[in-house]
Amino acid sequence: MYPESMQESIRKLEATRQERIKQGKIPLLDAAAKKALLKSSHPDYIETSMRAIQIGPNKGERTPHEIADLLEAWPLIDSKRFDTGNPKYTVDVLVIGGGGAGVAAALTAQENGASVLLATKLRLGDANTMMAQGGIQAADKENDSPERHYLDVVGGGHFKNIPELARALVTDAPSIIAWLEELGVMFDKQPDGTMITIHGGGTSRKRMHACRDYTGAEIMRTLRDEFRNRHIPVLEFCAAVELLTDEHGGCAGAAFVNLDTNELFTVRAKTVILATGGCGRLHIQGFPCTNHYGATADGLVLGYRAGAKLVFMDTIQYHPTGVAYPEQIVGQLITEKVRGLGAHLVNIHGNRFIYELESRDITASAIIRECAERKNGVVTPTGRVGVWLDTPLIEILKGEGAVKKNLPAMYHQFARFGIYMDKEPILTYPTQHYQNGGILINQWGETQVKNLYAVGEVAGGIHGRNRLMGNSLLDILVFGRRAGKSAAEKSKKIKMPGGGFKHLRPFIEELKKAKVAKTRVSPILLPEYRRTELQTPFAFIAGHQ
Amino acid sequence: MVKKTGKKMAAVQSENHGNFVTIYVMGEAYQVPNELTIMKAMEYAGYRFIRGCGCRGGFCGACGTVYRTKDSYKLKVGLACQTVVEDGMYLTQIPFYPANKKDYDVNQLNPDTQVLVRFYPEIMRCIACNSCTKICPQEIDVMGYIQAAIRGDIAKAADMSFDCIMCGLCATRCPAEIVHYNVALLARRLYGAKIAPKAGHLAKRLAEINAGRFEPGFDRLTQLNEEELSRLYYEERDIEPE
Repeated sequence: MYPESMQESIRKLEATRQERIKQGKIPLLDAAAKKALLKSSHPDYIETSMRAIQIGPNKGERTPHEIADLLEAWPLIDSKRFDTGNPKYTVDVLVIGGGGAGVAAALTAQENGASVLLATKLRLGDANTMMAQGGIQAADKENDSPERHYLDVVGGGHFKNIPELARALVTDAPSIIAWLEELGVMFDKQPDGTMITIHGGGTSRKRMHACRDYTGAEIMRTLRDEFRNRHIPVLEFCAAVELLTDEHGGCAGAAFVNLDTNELFTVRAKTVILATGGCGRLHIQGFPCTNHYGATADGLVLGYRAGAKLVFMDTIQYHPTGVAYPEQIVGQLITEKVRGLGAHLVNIHGNRFIYELESRDITASAIIRECAERKNGVVTPTGRVGVWLDTPLIEILKGEGAVKKNLPAMYHQFARFGIYMDKEPILTYPTQHYQNGGILINQWGETQVKNLYAVGEVAGGIHGRNRLMGNSLLDILVFGRRAGKSAAEKSKKIKMPGGGFKHLRPFIEELKKAKVAKTRVSPILLPEYRRTELQTPFAFIAGHQ
Repeated sequence: MVKKTGKKMAAVQSENHGNFVTIYVMGEAYQVPNELTIMKAMEYAGYRFIRGCGCRGGFCGACGTVYRTKDSYKLKVGLACQTVVEDGMYLTQIPFYPANKKDYDVNQLNPDTQVLVRFYPEIMRCIACNSCTKICPQEIDVMGYIQAAIRGDIAKAADMSFDCIMCGLCATRCPAEIVHYNVALLARRLYGAKIAPKAGHLAKRLAEINAGRFEPGFDRLTQLNEEELSRLYYEERDIEPE
């Protein structure tokens, strides 16, 4: 139910609908126009939003303050409190993180003969994977090819992607779809088995495979079930707070806190796979976010302290269409699939202003420009601003019932608030969505720290400066599988290392030199949403600082 | 801890200008702004979630909540991240519920009409009370898909249960002690792996990749500099029509 103040603009949108259908596709922007738009309106280009990192492997490089604050920070728990001589578990492959990347890595490592332990700070499957709605890309149709997919990926990434990573991504893509099909993921298909695929922002072929609008959830619940069937050991509600290193600086396990019991313990491992996800819950520049509760950049912090280099940490992805109304679900994701199905982006006057399936950074910038610079946004009763997504148009283009059929999760989410998106448009504004950069890896997921891997959103380089829709569900599985295999094989060749915190010594020296306040600690493990006067430290650090 | 510098593009949470209501979290009364979701209201009240909070977007099933409202005997249900507080709401979260899950290798199974009953024979104990359907926050016809499972209609059970987020509330209410969502999960995996027709084009592409058909192209593509890639991208890339 929209207030009367917003109804007037809806009437304008309805009045222009027929004309907009006839208008057809708005031409794609050329390179120069894109550059100018990003510069004027993309949040990454706000100079004061970032600073140069003072310490560590990326010293001197720029990153948002919110991330720099975590990289330039003291250990959350004093390492002296861990008994490194008596690890609680000893395994070949330790996987940290229980989302799609971590579970894919664990499954694959086990298939390759390794003993595996997966630890996650929330529940198994609690991750952004579960929330990915729109789809997963793979060039598996006759009119498409992995090379075309590659060109789309690097074009979306502004030609900065690390070539070997983008190549691995697109080459493995069809095998990932086949793997998922075999595990029983229910892809949308034609009666003859042909995958139903649509466009996503920045794709040159329709290669977005979907499971209604529960694509990530369907993949995650299937992988999780397989993981449980195979009885891979798992520690839930156990958060990694530091990596362990051996005398040569190689990774040798990790230190954990059990968030239920506050027990501190270590796990010794021949290889460690970081699959901890991204940084959405840092709320860069105060943006709302689409991310899971646990997306607090823990893995970045742990890897960085152990000496892993980061790449592209000056670029954050803002999803063009986050919810701008109703207030209760502001910032939550409206999948790109809505635009893939034909919904127009429309301003307060009922006019379109950008081709809806430009890559995400471009579309998000265009919406910000429309609202901020051109003042063509629709204002909500709480003072937020946004543009319309003309969802009833999908019913006209794809037939009556198409919204409910293709977007059941979205439909349900808005219906809870009395907004029926097959009959009324929905209001959107960009929202923090994805960490484009991360820990530098090679095509096997190896970081620059020996025996340490990073996969999924915590890793960087695959997507360059901007990721396309449908390539994240893909990358977590491609690199999860690759790292799982590589780590398992490597574990057969090496002896169990001794593990300690030697790497922290030089890092702490740097912290002292940079005069970082001791009150600034990381990883933060969970975001803070309590009222200021009610905020207390975690029980396991209270009294120890 | 996080210093907010730079231009604020949007506030993380709106200022609360609205009226306050009283909610009871496991019996304790708290005054909270009336426009918040249960999740945000509990945080406002001072709770830091370890359990009972997941994606905060209605997809993960971590925050299933049961509640009663003033002057009503009815037990209501919602996801804490998607349900707005009401005055007098008397609630608790159910972040975990013990569940029975069987082990299987889905590719070794035959998707016959008996397979679901074989793994989960307790579904035959369904007394058609409809408690599961009534409590489902996703408004799934849970009893309907259990009935389909009993009939051996795997495809129907898979389709009807598709929106399940595995919050587990159905299992808390079932007098027959069925764990509906695990039955549904097996049905969907069987359907996806064994009943849905395979994608023929996928096998074809895999054969091409395995034969190394695209390797020479990639060896060339990955050597191109930004300028050459940019020219290819902007000048030679054709887009498949809608």
